[in-house]
Amino acid sequence: MKMNLRKTHPLIKILNNSLIDLPTPSNITTMWNFGSLLGLCLMIQIITGLFLAMHYCPNVDMAFNSVAHICRNVNYGWLIRTLHANGASFFFICLYIHIGRGIYYSSYYLLETWMIGVTIFFMVMATAFLGYVLPWGQMSFWGATVITNLLSAIPYLGTSIVQWIWGGFAVDNATLTRFFSFHFLLPFIVSALVIMHLLFLHQTGSNNPLGTKSNIDKIPFHPYFTFKDIMGMLVMTFFLVFLTLNTPYMLGDPDNFIPANPLVTPVHIQPEWYFLFAYAILRSIPNKLGGVIALVMSIAILYIIPFTNKKKFSSTQFYPINKLLFWSMFTIVVLLTWIGARPVEDPYILTGQLLTILYFFYYLINPIMNKVWDKMIFFN
Amino acid sequence: MAASVGRICRAGLLKSPHVPTINQFSSLSTTREWTKGRKALLGTIGMLAGGAGALLLALDRSVRASDLELHPPKHVWSHSGMFSSLDHASVRRGYEVYKQVCAACHSMRFIAYRNLVGVTHTEEEAKAEAEEQMVLDGPNEQGEMFKRPGKLSDYFPSPYPNEEAARAANNGAYPPDLSYIVSARHGGEDYIFALLTGYCDAPAGVVLREGQYFNPYFPGGAISMAQALYNEAMEYTDGTPATASQLAKDISTFLKWTAEPEHDDRKKMLMKAIGIFSFLMAITYYIKRMKFSTLKTRKIEFRPKEK
Repeated sequence: MKMNLRKTHPLIKILNNSLIDLPTPSNITTMWNFGSLLGLCLMIQIITGLFLAMHYCPNVDMAFNSVAHICRNVNYGWLIRTLHANGASFFFICLYIHIGRGIYYSSYYLLETWMIGVTIFFMVMATAFLGYVLPWGQMSFWGATVITNLLSAIPYLGTSIVQWIWGGFAVDNATLTRFFSFHFLLPFIVSALVIMHLLFLHQTGSNNPLGTKSNIDKIPFHPYFTFKDIMGMLVMTFFLVFLTLNTPYMLGDPDNFIPANPLVTPVHIQPEWYFLFAYAILRSIPNKLGGVIALVMSIAILYIIPFTNKKKFSSTQFYPINKLLFWSMFTIVVLLTWIGARPVEDPYILTGQLLTILYFFYYLINPIMNKVWDKMIFFN
Repeated sequence: MAASVGRICRAGLLKSPHVPTINQFSSLSTTREWTKGRKALLGTIGMLAGGAGALLLALDRSVRASDLELHPPKHVWSHSGMFSSLDHASVRRGYEVYKQVCAACHSMRFIAYRNLVGVTHTEEEAKAEAEEQMVLDGPNEQGEMFKRPGKLSDYFPSPYPNEEAARAANNGAYPPDLSYIVSARHGGEDYIFALLTGYCDAPAGVVLREGQYFNPYFPGGAISMAQALYNEAMEYTDGTPATASQLAKDISTFLKWTAEPEHDDRKKMLMKAIGIFSFLMAITYYIKRMKFSTLKTRKIEFRPKEK
């Protein structure tokens, strides 16, 4: 009997096994749409970024002007630029929902997939930070200065590392040029990691809301999830296009429309909204090195979740106290985001410090409450 | 007319078509099965969360009110709507204000005369505007720089040759470039309008240095720019009465255009996008539902093995 080409062709069968015949749990919800949406975000960013790179000049004397040139003189340059800037925000919205879903339904038990996922998260954060520096506005320059200076907290080597990264004694032309190079390069590394993320995911298959083994009830990816993903993609693209065409600069900072000036420090230096929670954690620690460690740990702590959360059921929906903790954590992250945009003055300082403690406390108390609930339910 | 519509539709219009749906939804609700304790607990959590949110909001507002700087009031601009274009007559008047008042100190380095064509001026008018300027060009065949009348491709001239000259002429203050000024200030065009019309005497205790003026909307209150707009400070070519607020409104609209020249195209594209995406989303939603209908309506039966 002749086999179908899609199952035999060395190249097509890879696509077939990932997008057509892939056995998928029948009960995965819309929360499982965000993986494909992240793939779409990455593609949008790479494509719009490629077009922007054709006109952008990574030089301190020309960067700001070249972005203005893109917006004013290049055909639909304003659209490409604002799609790229707002696309970054949507990338992070999808990332946070994707990670939140992973924590809620314990998708971290797919260990390799989770570990690569957290690494992708780090890489995307780095890429977004590097990209924000490129327009060379006031917030670009001062954001780069503040964040790169954090490395000076490293004992003994700090100052040398910072100057090595700057390529000089201040954030200057060499810094901008290398930031552009890395901003261009990293998305391709992220793409490679995404392929690995999917490779490991397809070894086991997706998790599902019940957290049970779903081999008894799987359905082919196509047509069910191809159409569901296309619908999700359309909805997300609509929101992205709506934001871009209605209020393109709503999520940006007005200071970034002022060309970078090393002699004038903006009154409030703050990163883009998606980094505000981490920025609030950084500022909450009075010691510089402590703040940097807390900042890194606020994300790196995701690496240890699979090892600390051992429980009898997979999904948080079966753990009422943990459900409450999860949504408290959500509120804490929202409030930290709010605190990150506030000036460093009372009562925000104390509020930020309390929220930082609560943020890390979640990772401690959550596994304990899982154990407590398991004991209550299975107590003989 | 209303009577005809009533006769055609009969009483159908008076009935809510959603009654069966609402009944269906309410029968799906599980809240009636909650115990009293659960209701009390969730109610308390809800009230606490709401109270905490209100407290935080009040806290935020109270701290904001302690600022020394006055925030500009929000105005309803004719271009504020989701599908509203800029008022092009106002943009043209704003250009006149810029040319006659602002251009003496402020540059606008990202706007060329060609940008005016089809927006505020016809091609001939824009050419005439450009030709009023003498632009340094060259070198010519002898290797010398020369001056020539401006062309459409020339950018608006800068009042000063460099930043140092601008500072020297303005008591040390540097008049910012106005191309992006609306985007570069919190409050956008509301801020510009409030700043231009908000000059007043300094309150007791505020000390101003020589060459400074008081404006509550400017961060810190002390501004080096004198009040520039007064009633009848200039005459509009279209005969509009040039009150100070009219001048401020027109220059704010013009500066909105200089910051976002794509403004009108963007909103036209938004209208198209909403239409296209609504159609595509409806189609894909239908197809998705249709594909899943087999799965959603299946019956799973458990039949134990007969012994």
